[in-house]
Amino acid sequence: MSFELLEKFRDPALCRKILDKMESELDRELRFMEVCGTHTVAIFQSGLRSLLPEKIVHLSGPGCPVCVTHESEVNAFLDLAGHENVILATFGDLMRVPGDKGRNLKKAVADGARVKVVYSPFDTLKLAKENPGDLVVFIGVGFETTAPTIAATMKMAREQGIDNLRILCFHKTVPTALDALLSDEAINIDGFILPGHVSAIIGVEPYNFIAEDYAKSAVVTGFEPLDILQSLNQMIEWRNKGEAHVANNYTRIVGEHGNPKALEIMYEVFEPCDALWRGLGLIPSSGLEIRPEWESFDAKKQFGIEIKESPALPGCKCGDILKGVKQPDQCPLFGKACTPANPVGPCMVSTEGSCAAYYKYKLD
Amino acid sequence: MSDKVLLDYGSGGRASQRLISDLFLKYLGNDELDRLNDAAVLNLSGRIAMSTDSFTVDPIFFPGGDIGSLAVHGTVNDVAMMGAVPRYITCGYIIEEGLPMADLERIVQSMGEAARHAGVKVVTGDTKVVPKGACDKIFINTTGIGEIIADPTPSGDAARVGDAVLVSGTMGDHGLTVLGTREGLDFEAKVQSDSAALNHLLVKLVRELPEVHVLRDPTRGGLATTLNEITKSSNVCCELTETSIPVRPEVKGGCSILGLDPLYLANEGKFICILPGEYADKALEIMRADPLGQDACRIGTMTDANPGKVVLVTQLGGKRLLGMLEGEQLPRIC
Ligand code: SF4
Ligand code: SF4
Repeated sequence: MSFELLEKFRDPALCRKILDKMESELDRELRFMEVCGTHTVAIFQSGLRSLLPEKIVHLSGPGCPVCVTHESEVNAFLDLAGHENVILATFGDLMRVPGDKGRNLKKAVADGARVKVVYSPFDTLKLAKENPGDLVVFIGVGFETTAPTIAATMKMAREQGIDNLRILCFHKTVPTALDALLSDEAINIDGFILPGHVSAIIGVEPYNFIAEDYAKSAVVTGFEPLDILQSLNQMIEWRNKGEAHVANNYTRIVGEHGNPKALEIMYEVFEPCDALWRGLGLIPSSGLEIRPEWESFDAKKQFGIEIKESPALPGCKCGDILKGVKQPDQCPLFGKACTPANPVGPCMVSTEGSCAAYYKYKLD
Repeated sequence: MSDKVLLDYGSGGRASQRLISDLFLKYLGNDELDRLNDAAVLNLSGRIAMSTDSFTVDPIFFPGGDIGSLAVHGTVNDVAMMGAVPRYITCGYIIEEGLPMADLERIVQSMGEAARHAGVKVVTGDTKVVPKGACDKIFINTTGIGEIIADPTPSGDAARVGDAVLVSGTMGDHGLTVLGTREGLDFEAKVQSDSAALNHLLVKLVRELPEVHVLRDPTRGGLATTLNEITKSSNVCCELTETSIPVRPEVKGGCSILGLDPLYLANEGKFICILPGEYADKALEIMRADPLGQDACRIGTMTDANPGKVVLVTQLGGKRLLGMLEGEQLPRIC
């Protein structure tokens, strides 16, 4: 989209109008969670966070793929770094994610591991071709947004006869995680700002259960301030009328049924599986694994990697934060033992992590 | 000379001498360097500013410049930021065996041109050739020295409450160009490095203004990190207005694709100027009269609200922290 058009979604006067309206319509505290890390950052970066009415409690959910990557998944890819004949390929976000014993990929590189930061999974094809004597292992972390591109990469590799590419598949799916959150009694959320990118792939329908089963509202939302304000305002209006709906407020990108082609390719290569989420534990059918027909790409099988419950990092409150039970600055380690320079948990590492966003953007 | 740089060229023997006379003296020569003495004899007086920097940029050629001109600009600018007139520089080359001679020649030539433009003399230098793999193509170290003419000498800890914060032009051009070229990314509209020697403009500025508190070039870590350093050492708060920070639309576009923030990207031809509010207009006038400062603007003010912090007033009128960069900026997952 052109910048001129985007500017409309940042119009300060219009934003002010909606903010005032929200203020006048709020009669009690409402708790809204954005699922996607990009929303968290957008809310802080635009300064919106400092302008929201006090009665709105803004929570950041389990929507950053780095943050929800389970400890044992992190340790698995760290174990692979430095393996002879293995070149790890990854998105930049994972470079500083801490594993056990203070390990991370940056340090692994310093110790001689071959790790290549890529901008797109397709880059791994070239990497594999250029290094025929090595195995290129791509760390497949992310939601429905990234999984179809990785599926497409695998198909291309097969077409081109590239046989030294492996995928370490840790993909997770968003709606199942929201279901798990909503069914947890300890969690108190009035509405969700649903992720724009994920929804562009899966559409709106997979979220309908939020209104139908739990009587809460949720709106698929773009990343500009007006997008976010409009969605919040809608949810306040519905609440005041005693209604709950799931709606699409990002129609310029997200179609009702998502992107059928992307979904098709994704499910051609992957199938649902149970997955471990950091802080949330095991959520049935919330992950994606490589189908048997594509097994030759499966790094987990090749290296016999098992993902299992492991003790959480001592002191880290990531779980409570991902569930919206605590705010990052309520974690006793926040800004003290845990800073972006020295992160204890992944929520402080990822650029989309809620702890990092609080640390980076929040005044006072 | 061979078409590739060989280990022999760093031997100190005849091959080295040929490299020096046929290449380095050809492009960098001047009365002092031509003597080829063991050390240079310089003519300087008063308070002296001195700075050194090593350049390891990858790629070595990029739109808008190359490692040779960059090595001059970077050091000349560092000296000039002290309110000094840069006079002499030295250069040390560490070259990887096998570097195409044509590349080396292009770099030395561009270094010579940059030095001439900046009005500095390269007075002494050194060349080493290391085995393949021991360095990445070419590294250059430059040291610069100049006479301070500003009184008081600008300094990172001298910002005061009430000071105006100015920048000499758009932010992020160099950083995005280098990142984009390195990764082979094609941006819709081409971006280009802003690498340039700022000394002539800076000298004009400090000559005409009675008092400049801080001059800094926002290189690595960009505007945000540099301002954080200044607010910390001066113990003041820098309040910036987001909408007044100049960023080229193509840089904004490239950054949004890559998930980068232009305020953290390196600049090699821009400076930050912090001075008493009453001199701001005059300073802008001087800057805008120079092609290197034509996009200069005032972006903020020093206050006492949150000492040591940089606060950004966003387009919406909200406030947030603009923190220091942690490590390098890396593209995100989605
Ligand atoms: S993967 Fe996409 S949808 Fe998910 S947090 Fe990142 S930007 Fe948001
Ligand atoms: S502040 Fe650090 S330790 Fe605390 S929850 Fe966040 S990442 Fe975990």
